[in-house]
Amino acid sequence: MAQKRKERIDRGIKVRAEDIFALTSYREMLYIAVPPAIPVVLLAVLPLLLPAYWQKVFISTAIFALLAMSWDFLVSVGMVSLGQALFFGLGAYASGVLDHYFKLPVWLTIPLAAILGGLLSTLFLLPVLRLRGIYFSMVTLVVPLMFERIIEATGIFGGTEGLTRLQPIGNTWLELYIVALAALAALFGFRRLMTSDYGLVLKAVRDNDRAVMGAALNIYWLKTQALFITASIGAFCGAYMTHLYMFVGMPAFALDYSILPIASAVVGGMGTFAGSFLGSFILVPLSEALRGIGGLRTVIYAMFLVVFIVALPEGIFHYVQRKYQQFERWVYVEK
Amino acid sequence: MGKNSQVIFHTIFTGERLLLEVTLIYGFINSVILALVALGFNLTFGISGVSNFAYGALYILAGYTVWILVNQVSMPFAVAAFLSVIATGIVGALLYRLVLLRVRGQIISEVIATFGVGLAILELFRFMGFTGFEYTLPPFSDGAILIGNTYVDHQRIWIVVAGIGIAVGLYFFTHHTKVGLAFRGIAQEEKTALSLGINSDFMAGLSVAFGSALAAVAAILVLPRGTISVNDGYEVLINAMAVCIVGGLGSTPGVILAAFLIGYAQMITDVLSGPHWKMIVSLVAIFVILVVKPSGLFGKQKELEERI
Repeated sequence: MAQKRKERIDRGIKVRAEDIFALTSYREMLYIAVPPAIPVVLLAVLPLLLPAYWQKVFISTAIFALLAMSWDFLVSVGMVSLGQALFFGLGAYASGVLDHYFKLPVWLTIPLAAILGGLLSTLFLLPVLRLRGIYFSMVTLVVPLMFERIIEATGIFGGTEGLTRLQPIGNTWLELYIVALAALAALFGFRRLMTSDYGLVLKAVRDNDRAVMGAALNIYWLKTQALFITASIGAFCGAYMTHLYMFVGMPAFALDYSILPIASAVVGGMGTFAGSFLGSFILVPLSEALRGIGGLRTVIYAMFLVVFIVALPEGIFHYVQRKYQQFERWVYVEK
Repeated sequence: MGKNSQVIFHTIFTGERLLLEVTLIYGFINSVILALVALGFNLTFGISGVSNFAYGALYILAGYTVWILVNQVSMPFAVAAFLSVIATGIVGALLYRLVLLRVRGQIISEVIATFGVGLAILELFRFMGFTGFEYTLPPFSDGAILIGNTYVDHQRIWIVVAGIGIAVGLYFFTHHTKVGLAFRGIAQEEKTALSLGINSDFMAGLSVAFGSALAAVAAILVLPRGTISVNDGYEVLINAMAVCIVGGLGSTPGVILAAFLIGYAQMITDVLSGPHWKMIVSLVAIFVILVVKPSGLFGKQKELEERI
């Protein structure tokens, strides 16, 4: 009986659009230009079309997209963090404190909080950078809970009630477009970064860190840099949300801010930042649409996460990318 | 719980010698509770090398199962407890078969997947409204005995007896029975274990099932102290993790020692500073041991691979 196998071949247009040959005709140019243009157009146009409630959801989506992309970046370096909430919470509290106690204006607190939050998180996680794999994940899992308990126990920075009556960002259009711009900058920035030399070294740290050490590169310094970048982006998200809702409290360290970025990245496709972006644009509006069922949302994210990581680990974006760039056909196996 | 806190209050205010005695005795009991809770987690994660971060959820699942069987199906407590242990073991085995088997070996995926399942179970209970003061399990026997000058209720005595029994039993199980030795073998060097005829996938599944059953046993012993609350699930997971990491993954004596260290540390901070700081102790302990000696106090495996 003749057996069949599936053969995957690059599409003709992909081959024709490699390198400088993309300039030969408009078809090739469009093939390359259209996919990156989709998120740009989407993020530019959506704020104009959405009603007020869904605009807040849009901002939330962009924030989670930033958190998911920064998680993905950290995974590309080899550190899986189960606690993005740490970065988010530290940034939120940093901006809340700068606003509440020092009365700095919003355009100063957000960048300062991003950098300060990044520094604090990196300093905290510095001792555990030497550990591989699972231990880093465990520590990132417990540190946000630790902070939550410390704030609850000592009552500093507002304790269980949190800090209220902080300054808002002001203009609604600014609120929408600044975060959209940040998300796009992160998306394209990370993609560019990972194909540059620096990104290759970071990926090498994930694949075989002793080889990188053997090449006389200081992996601790590289890991610290990667952690700082991720932590700063997480802190920016926290600071932004603080000023959006004019409140910061213990919920800034909630488990939700750790789980949803991971779920977005896993659903969308780990390793490609566009996957995390896509994943968050699927999961966050979905969770808002399901808001009526309350606590069941976390159950649904968790189930999504489990189903995708076990059954469809490559994620949606990898699948879409494969379909876009290659076609498959059945061929008979030659004897 | 009310009677015990009154007892503690009374004894604290009637002299420092009594305070020391209370701290010693209740610290001992707290340590045994931590050890009991950690032994199941140690069996899967430490001894067999399979991450099961749904442990806290399985603990709470066992507690609620007993509650439902006793209160809504009106079974006698002993039967309900027995059924719940079996049921939790089966849930653990299912968890392995459906989720863990496909991601075995990729530790990060195991952690994320099992943590997701645990989260789903816990939040499902919270959503279904299983919170409130009526969710309690009956203790094995009522009454209290006098040790020195402090009263200790019978349930706590049962906990200590059972804890010691389980710890000793586990030690013998993992060192002198075929199945226990197989568990250790698959964690040490899986390929060698396979070549010796040990079905590593099946053994890993058994260890997840046994660990879950142990979680159920711990739940039935410990939960009668107070109400069953969903947040206990997260606390149990973190405490179990803390004890196993500090003690060293895979070594039962290490787990016992770590349980005592953390148990007494928690008790002392509770007496000195208040209950808020109790949880922080386990978290700080994890942090400190990972910085100073990541393989734990008595850990033998993987010491070189952990650090760079």
